[in-house]
Amino acid sequence: MPGRYTGGEFNQIVKNWEDIGVRVALLFPEIYDLGMSNLGLTILYDIINKELNYLAERSFVPWVDMEKALREENVPLYSLESKHPLLDFDILAVSLPYESLYTNFLNALDLAQIPIHTNDRTDDHPLVIVGGHSTFNPEPIAPFIDAAVIGEGEEIILDILETYAGFQSGMSKKDKLNRLKKIEGLYIPIFYEPLYNEDGTFSNLKKMVPEAPNQIIKRIVGKLPPPPNKPIVPYIDTVHNRAPLEIMRGCTRGCRFCHAGIVTRPVRERPVDEILETMETLIPNTGYSEIGLLSLSSSDYTQIVPLVEAINERFEGQNIAISLPSLRIESVSVSLMDALSGKRRSGFTLAPEAATERLRNIINKPISDQQLLDTAKEIYQHGWHTIKLYFMIGHPTETLDDVQAIADLSKRVLQVGIQTIGNRAKVNTSVGTFVPKPHTPFQWVGVSPQEDIAEKLDLLQKELRGRGLKLNWNDPRETHFESWLSRGDRRLSEVIFKAWEKGAKFDAWREHFDFSRWIEAFSDSEIDPEFYSTRTRSINEAFPWDHINTGVKKSFLLEDYQWSQEGKPRADCRGDCFACGILPAYNDLRHENPGTLWLCPEVIRN
Amino acid sequence: MRFTGHLDLILTWERTFRRANLPLSYSEGFNPRPIINLAAPLPLGFISTAEIGDFWLSEHLIPDEVLESLNRSLPPGLIIHDLYEIAQLHGGKLPSLVKRSEYSITLFEEFPRLQKEIDALLQSSQCIRTRKKKEYDLRPLIHDIALESNDEGSPPSLFVSLLTLPSATGRPDEVLSALDIPSYEAIIRRSALILKGIEEN
Repeated sequence: MPGRYTGGEFNQIVKNWEDIGVRVALLFPEIYDLGMSNLGLTILYDIINKELNYLAERSFVPWVDMEKALREENVPLYSLESKHPLLDFDILAVSLPYESLYTNFLNALDLAQIPIHTNDRTDDHPLVIVGGHSTFNPEPIAPFIDAAVIGEGEEIILDILETYAGFQSGMSKKDKLNRLKKIEGLYIPIFYEPLYNEDGTFSNLKKMVPEAPNQIIKRIVGKLPPPPNKPIVPYIDTVHNRAPLEIMRGCTRGCRFCHAGIVTRPVRERPVDEILETMETLIPNTGYSEIGLLSLSSSDYTQIVPLVEAINERFEGQNIAISLPSLRIESVSVSLMDALSGKRRSGFTLAPEAATERLRNIINKPISDQQLLDTAKEIYQHGWHTIKLYFMIGHPTETLDDVQAIADLSKRVLQVGIQTIGNRAKVNTSVGTFVPKPHTPFQWVGVSPQEDIAEKLDLLQKELRGRGLKLNWNDPRETHFESWLSRGDRRLSEVIFKAWEKGAKFDAWREHFDFSRWIEAFSDSEIDPEFYSTRTRSINEAFPWDHINTGVKKSFLLEDYQWSQEGKPRADCRGDCFACGILPAYNDLRHENPGTLWLCPEVIRN
Repeated sequence: MRFTGHLDLILTWERTFRRANLPLSYSEGFNPRPIINLAAPLPLGFISTAEIGDFWLSEHLIPDEVLESLNRSLPPGLIIHDLYEIAQLHGGKLPSLVKRSEYSITLFEEFPRLQKEIDALLQSSQCIRTRKKKEYDLRPLIHDIALESNDEGSPPSLFVSLLTLPSATGRPDEVLSALDIPSYEAIIRRSALILKGIEEN
């Protein structure tokens, strides 16, 4: 696939290198085919390049064949636009939406011939600034980065570039970082040193300079800025391969396992008119035939039905397809899909996450079995033959009975299908394993031991076979790998570095992931992996990410954790505010953005 | 553009028409596709200055205006040389009308024995090669090969004309390989597509 290394696509922006004050390389440490679908990259590319004095160019990691060629020919990793080596940029901005990209990130630095540890980088190297959801716990990668953006990049990026534009030439890295630390929402690890207790648990972060902030408060936009309407159109096939259009950020549901649901609070909706107007330009600007209306939970967008009706009316006969990810288990989802999906009906995905009502109350996804079966029936009636059910195993308090229930419920859904449309009905059950994430109500919980996961998967493999049934699952070792990186502290960086030295990269690719390399890296670093994975944290334990403030209070998360232990669900917070902390944290911003675009209560001041 | 595969190229054309606000006709069925026929797939890595495609619109539009709209919407790397209306289809769909393809191959260095190799290949009665684990005879697909001299100091170019037969289509990279020229020593450009029923001069 050489097409992923050439650039030159429609809507690419190439500025005159010499005329630009601050040059940013946007690195997404996956291959082009995946990275080009990342919305964050699209947004930052748009914002930075709209400024006359700045430029942003893209870079991705090469696949193994190209990596070999680059290394053999000693060609440093370059940007797709101007083909400048990443070394020549002022800032290397790295998108890290998920943790399994960490080794690719290190590999990209190495391919760019940039020293991996910030201590080894000179004043002339680009500043390495990371962002994305996984950087809400930046500690495991702290020694590799100069700074981490906490929160929404569109809010903070121009502050960073403006500060950078004010640097004198020849300024030392230390002076640069000293100036950057005044920017709210930017975490600069060299100004802090972690301390640990005798039992190995994290104690606190010691500030190395008095003026470093105690808490890094997430930056957010008060109102979603205008969406990019001229995104780059790849020549080659990419994942999704459609125009992205974000309709809402955040989620009010409060599923207790969900990292995104906490870190993207508060919910901010984009007005229907703005979505429609954007589509009017997005389609002629790109030629895309598919628009992905993106959010964490499409059916929760307040105006979803009027929006879909308006889209159907305006774009009828233009062969435009609309995709709505993450639909809830309710009949309105079926009518929405019915209105949108034209003649082709592949699979319809529902995510009950757990198969017993007891467990669904614990994870706070309270729907009834009957609701699921009724929705399934409607889906089959409306022309779909396959329902994909997404579950997780390894939830807190889960027993083998709860796992057996996954098989039983899948079979009941299939039974509904057979009664409705006969033997064409199919159920594909996908089972992931729960990984406790920082900043969520389950951040105290241990991940299930591998043997337990294996036993549960065994049960499902025995049960879910036969006509019309199909089961997909994840390797328990991949789950444990993810759990280390999610809740690690700064000591884990040594393990990541050693694993990379042993050849770890593309850890999100099953054919490249090698568990034994990681176990060796742990052993070489004399660190016990179970300390990060299966260990249940005491409620008094300080976390290595406590200085990162998402706006949601730790006391709220703890209360929700305790509610979960009592099997007590918490209602959708768009009805009642449960005082998670967002409103006091962003009081001014809410005041400046009154009305219904935020789903939090209004802030009234005299 | 040269690393865009055939299917992705069709997608690129579809998007170009949508950007130009020109209504392509779509097929019926579960998965409507735009009705676009490109005469012959261009293998990945080749460039071309001579592609032919039929595009079916759902409305009758003036060709000059269509050309103007398309020119404003083309991605870097695509140029339209000519565009005209087909009054009526003759002899089937475009791909079945291709008789021959001509290629101009730029070589990065001199191959001193090349003329002899070409003569030997042209005089042979067969040239058995293996492609995708299947043996086939390349010789009947070769219409002509010739060396063309360039400016002083540059290596000559190779002109290759290959037939499209019902059973197989000649590939210029196979000819290069038969002449012992490594693929990284050359850039292959398709310079002409000759259709059936078109008089040659």
